[in-house]
Amino acid sequence: MKLLKLIPDNTNIQFLRWRVPFYGISILLMVASIVLAFTNGLNLGVDFVGGQSIRVTFPQGTTAPMAEVREEIDALGYGEPTLQALGQPNIISVRMGLPDEENAALTETMIRDIRATLEEHHPEASIGSAESVSGKVSQELFKTGMVALVLAMIGISIYIWIRFEWQFGVGALFALAHDVTLTIGLFALTQMEFDLNIVAALLTLIGYSLNDNIVVYDRVRENLKKYRKMPMPELLDLSVNETLSRTVVTSTSLLITLVALLLLGPDVIFGFTAAITVGIFVGTYSSIFMATPILIWLGVKPDSFVPKETAIDVQERRARGEA
Amino acid sequence: MLEFPPWKRVYLWAISLFLAVASVPSLVSLAGVQWPSFLPKPMVSLGLDLAGGSHIMLEAEPSQVARQRLDTMEEAVRAAMRDAKPRIQIGEISTSGGRLSFLLQDPSQVDAARDLIEPMTTGAGMTGQRDWTIQVVDGSRFILTQTRAGLDLAVNNAMESATEVVRKRIDALGTREPTIIRAGSDRIVVDVPGLKDPQALKDLLGQTAELEFKLVDTEALPTNVAQGIAPPGSEIVPYAKGTPGEGTAIAVKRLGGIRGDSLTNAQQTFEQQTNAPVVSIQFDPQGGARFARLTSQNVGKPFAIILDGEVISAPNINEPILGGSAQISGSFTVDTANQLAIALRSGALPVDLTVIEEFSISAELGADSIAKGAIGMLAGLGALMVFMLVTYGRFGVYTCSALILNLLMILGVMALLGSMAALTLPGIAGLVLTVGAAVDANVLINERIREERARGRRVVQAVELGYKEASRAIFDANITNTIAAVIMFMFGTGPVRGFAVVLLIGIVTSVFTAVTMTRLWVAGWLRRKRPTDIVL
Repeated sequence: MKLLKLIPDNTNIQFLRWRVPFYGISILLMVASIVLAFTNGLNLGVDFVGGQSIRVTFPQGTTAPMAEVREEIDALGYGEPTLQALGQPNIISVRMGLPDEENAALTETMIRDIRATLEEHHPEASIGSAESVSGKVSQELFKTGMVALVLAMIGISIYIWIRFEWQFGVGALFALAHDVTLTIGLFALTQMEFDLNIVAALLTLIGYSLNDNIVVYDRVRENLKKYRKMPMPELLDLSVNETLSRTVVTSTSLLITLVALLLLGPDVIFGFTAAITVGIFVGTYSSIFMATPILIWLGVKPDSFVPKETAIDVQERRARGEA
Repeated sequence: MLEFPPWKRVYLWAISLFLAVASVPSLVSLAGVQWPSFLPKPMVSLGLDLAGGSHIMLEAEPSQVARQRLDTMEEAVRAAMRDAKPRIQIGEISTSGGRLSFLLQDPSQVDAARDLIEPMTTGAGMTGQRDWTIQVVDGSRFILTQTRAGLDLAVNNAMESATEVVRKRIDALGTREPTIIRAGSDRIVVDVPGLKDPQALKDLLGQTAELEFKLVDTEALPTNVAQGIAPPGSEIVPYAKGTPGEGTAIAVKRLGGIRGDSLTNAQQTFEQQTNAPVVSIQFDPQGGARFARLTSQNVGKPFAIILDGEVISAPNINEPILGGSAQISGSFTVDTANQLAIALRSGALPVDLTVIEEFSISAELGADSIAKGAIGMLAGLGALMVFMLVTYGRFGVYTCSALILNLLMILGVMALLGSMAALTLPGIAGLVLTVGAAVDANVLINERIREERARGRRVVQAVELGYKEASRAIFDANITNTIAAVIMFMFGTGPVRGFAVVLLIGIVTSVFTAVTMTRLWVAGWLRRKRPTDIVL
C-alpha cells in the first residue's frame, strides 16, 4: 500500500535564507493591516457600537427588496439603516445605530417601530433574530474583548517563556501579534462584521496557531541539545524541515474541516469560521517564517539549554542512550 | 510504554463507552427518532441561539436607590423632630448633593437631636460600618451622608427583591423554563427559551407598578396646573399615555393618600355595564381599612389613581368603598389590563429596570443552524477521515476511530453536564475545530514514528519513542489552548462561553482518545501480530 505524502521525506528547504525578505513582507503586511483598520475602519457589530440588528428572511427564491426596506425604515426618522445581504439574496440584516446614547426608552420605541414597520409592509418576511445593545454595554463588551485578547496573548507567551527560554516567549508573542493583526486587517479589508464572536475566534486562533510554534520550538530545543556544534540558521532549518510534514498535515486537517463548515455550515457563523480559517493559515506561515528566524536575532545559542538542563531532561537523554 | 494490564484496558474502555453512550439520546433525537421513555435520557442542552428564544439584560440605576433612601431619611427625621418632647425646630432642610442637611433653631438641642437620629442608622451588614454618617458642623447644622457600604447593601437588597419580582412576573406569563439570574451588582439577566418576541416581556418588566391613590386638589387653579405650578402641599401629576386626559396634568395632595403595596390580589376583569377591561384589586385588611376611611371622608370628591407617577384615571368617589376591593378602569385593552394585574400581584419593583441588551432568535433559525452545522461537520469529518486514511494507512484507522470516539465523548460529557454546558452556535464551530485539532496529536505521533523508523529503529521501539517524544509538544500545545479557552470562558458571555466550554471539554477528551486510546489499540495490534515492518 502506498501512502500519501504531502511532504517528501528528508526535505532540506532553506527557509532561513530568505528570512530578511520574508520579515520585510510580513512587517509590511502588519503595517498595512493596522493602517487599513484605521483608515477603512472595522465594520463593528452592534455588540461593540450599540444599536440594533435584525435578521429578516424573505421567502426562498425571492430577492429582498433592500431599497424599499431602507426607505420604510428611513421614513421612521431614526436615521438611515445599514442593510447587508447575508449569504443569500433573500436574507438581509438591518442595522441601526443607537438613536440616543442616553435615552434607553427611545431605543425601545425604535425597536418596536422597526419591527412593526417590517411586519406591516412585508408580512411574507420573517424575523429570524433581533439583537439590541445599549451604548454602555457595548463599550464594556469591547473593552472586555480587547482585555481578554491581550491577556491571552501575554499569558500564552509567559507559558512559553517558562517552558522554553525568554527568546521563545518573545518569538511566540511576535508571531501571535502577527496572526491577530493580519486577521483584523482582513476584516478591515472585506468589511465583514467584526463582533464579539470574532474576538472569540481570535482567541481561538492564537491558541491553535501557537501549536505550530510549539512543535517547531520543541524540535529546536531537542536539536540544540543534540547538535551542539551546528550553526543556528542551519539548526533552525533542520528543525523546521523535520517538523514540516507534521505542520502541513495538521494545518491541512484543520483547513479541511473548517472549509467544510465555511461552505456548508450556518451562515450565521460565517465570519467566525472565516476568521479562524484565515488565522490558521496565517499562523502556519508565521510559525515557520516569523517565530523561528526571530530566535537568531534574539540570540538563542547552541548552549542556551545547557545550564538549564533539568533532571528530567537528563533522564530523557540517558533513555535515548546519548552521552 | 506499550504494556496495558487488563484492569487498565477495562477501565479505559469503560470510561470511553460510558461517555460515548451518553451522547446517543441526543444524536437519536437529532435524527428525529423518539427515544424510549423508560431509558435514561441525558440530553445536550441547547443555548438560546440554537433553541430559539429571548435574552434580555436589565439594569437598575443605583442612584435611584440612593435617592429613595435620602427621601425616606428626610421623612423619618422630620417626623422624629416633630414628635420629640420638647419639639425640636429644624429648618433649611436640603437633600442636594446626595446628603441630608438641616439646621437646628436652638443649638442647645444638638445632643437631644443626635440621640434621636443615631438609632435611625444601622450597621451595614458585616462591613462594620454604619449605613449613614452623622456630622454636626458650626454647632447646629446636621449633615447625614450615606456610606458606600450602606448604599451597596441597599442596592443589593433592592436587586434581590427586584429579581424576585421579575421571577414572579415571568412565572405569571407561563413561559417554560426561564432562567433569571443576577449579574454583577446592578443587573439581572433573563433568558426565556421559545419566546420569539420579547416585547411583551419587556413591557411587563419595564413597569415599576407602583400604584398610589391620592386626593385631587380641587382648589388648584387650572392655569397654574397647566404651567406646572402646584399649590403648597400638592404636586402636579401628568395623565398617562392613552388616557383621555393625555397631555394634561392635575394637581393632587401629596399627603393622605394610600399606596398600592397592600394588595392581596389583582385580576383582569370586565366592567359590568360597559364591558370594558378593568383591573380588580383586593386590599389586605389594613389597606382595606385605610381605603374605607379615605373614601368615606371624601365622598363626592375626585381622587386620582396613579401608576408609576402617571394618572390612569381620576373618578369621583360616589360612595364609601368598604369591602376592601376596588376596580381600576382607564382605557385598558385586555392585554394591558392583564399585564397591570400581573405587575400589581407580583408587587412593585423597588427600582426601575432598563433593558440594556437583548436578543431574540426564532426557533426556525436555530433549527436551521443545527441542521447546517451537522452537515458541515459530517462533511468535514468525512473528508478528514479520508485524508487520514490515505496519509497514515493502518495508523490512520486508529486516528479515525479516535476521532469518532472523541466526538461522541464530547457530546456525552455535554449531555451529562446538561444546562451547565449548553451547545451554542459558536459551540458547533468549536466541535468542528476540536475534530480538526484532535488529529494534531496523532499526526505528531505518527510523524515521529515515521521519523524514528527512518532512523532505523525497530517497530516497537519506534512506536514507543513516537508516543514519548511527541507527548511533550502535545502537552504544551494543549496547555496554550487551555489558556485561551479559560480566558474566553472568564470574559465571554452566553454563546462565546458555550464555545469555550466545548473547547475545554474537547481538549481533555482529545488527549484521552488521540493519545491514550490509540496507544491502547496500537499496543494491542503490535502484541498480536508482532510486525517487523509498518507502512507509514
